Amino acid sequence: MVVSESPQWIERFLAADPHDVGCDEAIAMMHVYAELRAAGVDPEERYPGVVAHLAACESCAEDAQGLLEAILDDGIRIEGPPTAG
Amino acid sequence: MDTESSSWLTALGGRGAERNRAQARLHEMLLKVCFKEAYRRGPAFRIGGADLEDVAHQAADDAMVALLGKLETFRGESRFSTWAYRFAVLEVSSKLGRHMSRGPAVLLEPEEWDRVPERFGSDPQARAEQHDLVSAVRRAVHEVLTVRQREIFVAIVVNGVPNETMAERIGSTPGAIYKTVFDARRKIRAYLIANGYVEGEPGFARSAASRTGVNGRERVAAVDRTVSGRRSA
Repeated sequence: MVVSESPQWIERFLAADPHDVGCDEAIAMMHVYAELRAAGVDPEERYPGVVAHLAACESCAEDAQGLLEAILDDGIRIEGPPTAG
Repeated sequence: MDTESSSWLTALGGRGAERNRAQARLHEMLLKVCFKEAYRRGPAFRIGGADLEDVAHQAADDAMVALLGKLETFRGESRFSTWAYRFAVLEVSSKLGRHMSRGPAVLLEPEEWDRVPERFGSDPQARAEQHDLVSAVRRAVHEVLTVRQREIFVAIVVNGVPNETMAERIGSTPGAIYKTVFDARRKIRAYLIANGYVEGEPGFARSAASRTGVNGRERVAAVDRTVSGRRSA
């Protein structure tokens, strides 16, 4: 079978974006990425490689989702220590 | 750096009672994040009850140690609390993966391959039409991947085993597992192109699929929905 156009599922199955920065770099920037998202800013312009990675790596995307949900949960937040003086 | 982040750094880098109070406050915050994250992800790892609470407590303790060990690396790129939450989320993720790795391995029966297109967004009605392509993918997996690549690729991409779980099972890291899968995908694509099953250069051009893949796009949409929901609240 020779296809004239690749089915979308196989493109998803084989997705390997060369811009993908990998797990380590995505994790290293995840706090910055999550804050941008929480602020309603699209992080793709500043961190396209991180966005590409999160689109392909379910584990890191789950971590980013968890971080975002934590940021947005006011019940978790604890005020910083009082400043001296 | 914002004032609150500075106050965290000052107090945690201080001495005596001030530092102890700051650490207690930080641990309380990390524990809240760990509980939230453990309850959010626990069901997917088939864990609940006391085991899940143990995961949360252990994750908070380990996140605390990891964070304090890296306190000097905080550069104020985000709020301190966000940076701290990341340690908690990652520890929960790691511990849930470890928990799952102790369970029985999921074996993929040969006929399960026919369901792969559905998992990646194909219409179930088109299963018969996809059969040749699925068979080609199976051949590629067996012919062009190394034994280790094949084991990891099938577990992660076909069986849906989380990276952390696989890493724990074979004594690797999630990042190394991801890289293995990335390389395996490129080799399979090259095989399919060489044999006329799909179009294009073997993975060197930016794949539109990585931008529009169901899984990734749905996750981004889920993030946007979360933000949107909070804003409207």
